[in-house]
Amino acid sequence: MAKVLMKGNEAIGEAAVLAGCRYYFGYPITPQSELPAYLAKRLPEVDGVFVQAESEVAAINMVYGAGSAGARVMTSSSSPGISLKQEGISYIAGAEVPCLIVNVMRGGPGLGNIAPAQSDYWQSTRGGGHGDYRTIVLAPNSVQEMADMTITGFDLSDRFRNPVLLLSDGVLGQMMEPVNLPEPNDYDINSKKWALGYRGNDKNERNLCSSIFLDNDELEEHNWHLYQKYQVITDLFSKGEYKDFAVEEHLCDDAEIILVGYGIISRILKTVVEKCRKRGIKAGLIRPKVLWPFPTAVFERLAKTASQFLVVEMSCGQMVEDVKLSVDGKKPVFFFGRTGGTVPSDFEILNEVDKLVRPD
Amino acid sequence: MTMKKVFSRPASLSKTPFHYCPGCDHGVIHRLVAEAIDELEVGDRTIGVAPVGCSVFAYDYFNFDFNQAAHGRAPAVATGIKRTRPDSIVFTYQGDGDLAAIGTAEIIHAANRGEKMTVIFVNNAIYGMTGGQMAPTTLIGMKTQTSPYGRDAATAGNPIKMSEMIATLESPVYVTRVTINSVANLMKAKKAIYNAFKLQKEGKGFSFVEVVAICPTNWGKKPADSHKWLTENMLPVFPLGTFKDTFGVEKSA
Repeated sequence: MAKVLMKGNEAIGEAAVLAGCRYYFGYPITPQSELPAYLAKRLPEVDGVFVQAESEVAAINMVYGAGSAGARVMTSSSSPGISLKQEGISYIAGAEVPCLIVNVMRGGPGLGNIAPAQSDYWQSTRGGGHGDYRTIVLAPNSVQEMADMTITGFDLSDRFRNPVLLLSDGVLGQMMEPVNLPEPNDYDINSKKWALGYRGNDKNERNLCSSIFLDNDELEEHNWHLYQKYQVITDLFSKGEYKDFAVEEHLCDDAEIILVGYGIISRILKTVVEKCRKRGIKAGLIRPKVLWPFPTAVFERLAKTASQFLVVEMSCGQMVEDVKLSVDGKKPVFFFGRTGGTVPSDFEILNEVDKLVRPD
Repeated sequence: MTMKKVFSRPASLSKTPFHYCPGCDHGVIHRLVAEAIDELEVGDRTIGVAPVGCSVFAYDYFNFDFNQAAHGRAPAVATGIKRTRPDSIVFTYQGDGDLAAIGTAEIIHAANRGEKMTVIFVNNAIYGMTGGQMAPTTLIGMKTQTSPYGRDAATAGNPIKMSEMIATLESPVYVTRVTINSVANLMKAKKAIYNAFKLQKEGKGFSFVEVVAICPTNWGKKPADSHKWLTENMLPVFPLGTFKDTFGVEKSA
């Protein structure tokens, strides 16, 4: 397919359609409105279903219903709306139903504002809702990756019967870039034998989608089953087929200071690294592309060679905790952040690097 | 001499013994649902959505696919299922706390969108599973765990009449309130549930059956006394009758 110029939010919508998603349930919120607007127009063209729900709560439960009936289904929202969806996400994770959830992050807490932010890292990677569960969290940094990760997200969610979160922000959602769209995938709604309403000849006597296990032993068994699944996913991303997908390294081999950032920040950090190198500072970049499971191994390895890490986020410091856990005290980990909707400039990050490498 | 079988378990009802309290109406209402599905011959394409509350395990008692939803969200979950598999027969089975309190938005909007589903709403004026708290449908003066001095309209409002509310919407095609306090009313309830599923089978629209029911355990009454209390106290507040029948299903039957 030819390259097309698209907004990030729209690229997610088109990629979802190409991935075989025919069901979208959502509620209006800025700054992700282009995505439902795109799908409201696009899905009817492919005999799909677009429903504007009465709330985020209803939307995620519609996703639960459609996912349990075998659909490739998605919803999208922005931070306050994602908070409302947490109940449903917990049920979906507990019942092991696949779906894709897009969060185009904005500033919080509370109503905050509609400007870009990265302050939902904890909510995204620590479960967000109640109970022992995990969601796979993908963090694109370009319009191309928003499209690609939408498709990967559907594949991962089907493969592991687990919700996948696409974590974007107001900058990525709104910006336009050329994007290469893949060939469409003919998804068969009757490909999941466990789904409600499955019609194959090998149908089970009865299918049930539920997250209730009233008996102590049964719930414990279920929770360890989920845990084991999360371990399989973690292995896949740390040493299996998604190893290279999970993280991007840039000029880290000889780096003395390693900058760490995801999403839109990682693009600014790349510029900072280049400027550092021109000034003789041996800087490198680690960009986690998958936030859960966190790419711990790369930090363990580079903590042996680098002398310090600087984590940059559009928050007061959330991912920095995972970096510290991964570096495990072997090298100092510093943090620089801006919040409230301000995207830090390469200049101010460079100043922070200067302070760390030339402390005088 | 061969014996003729005149009564048996509906095929859609499983052999699992009910966990409900002695005298509870849920068992009978489950059976009415199963009979309607059998009579309409749609058991192989029916998907139920269980609520949170006493009927949280409703899925154990039916022989077809089920989703267990979060508290109050069954109509939203059913929307997702029905939109995905429009040839399925989809229903929710919800109590008064689930449908008339925490899930008010979901039921009103599913009804207003005219989702082609059936809702069985069991109204017994109290939260059963959690031990007898005040529900939105609790009567004025009725004592519960959380209205120990009796429900006071001045601070806790009045009983919500869901059927009447839903009947104000244009999209629903069938809204009716029944009870099972006598054989005659039981037969009417059976017919209403049948009508509701029939309309869905014909793709007509959203159908809603409210069943005014008893909760002997949390009302602190014997089952027979409970039905007497229901008749004398609940039916004046929740009058039986059909509030909406767009296609005249009751007359055509």
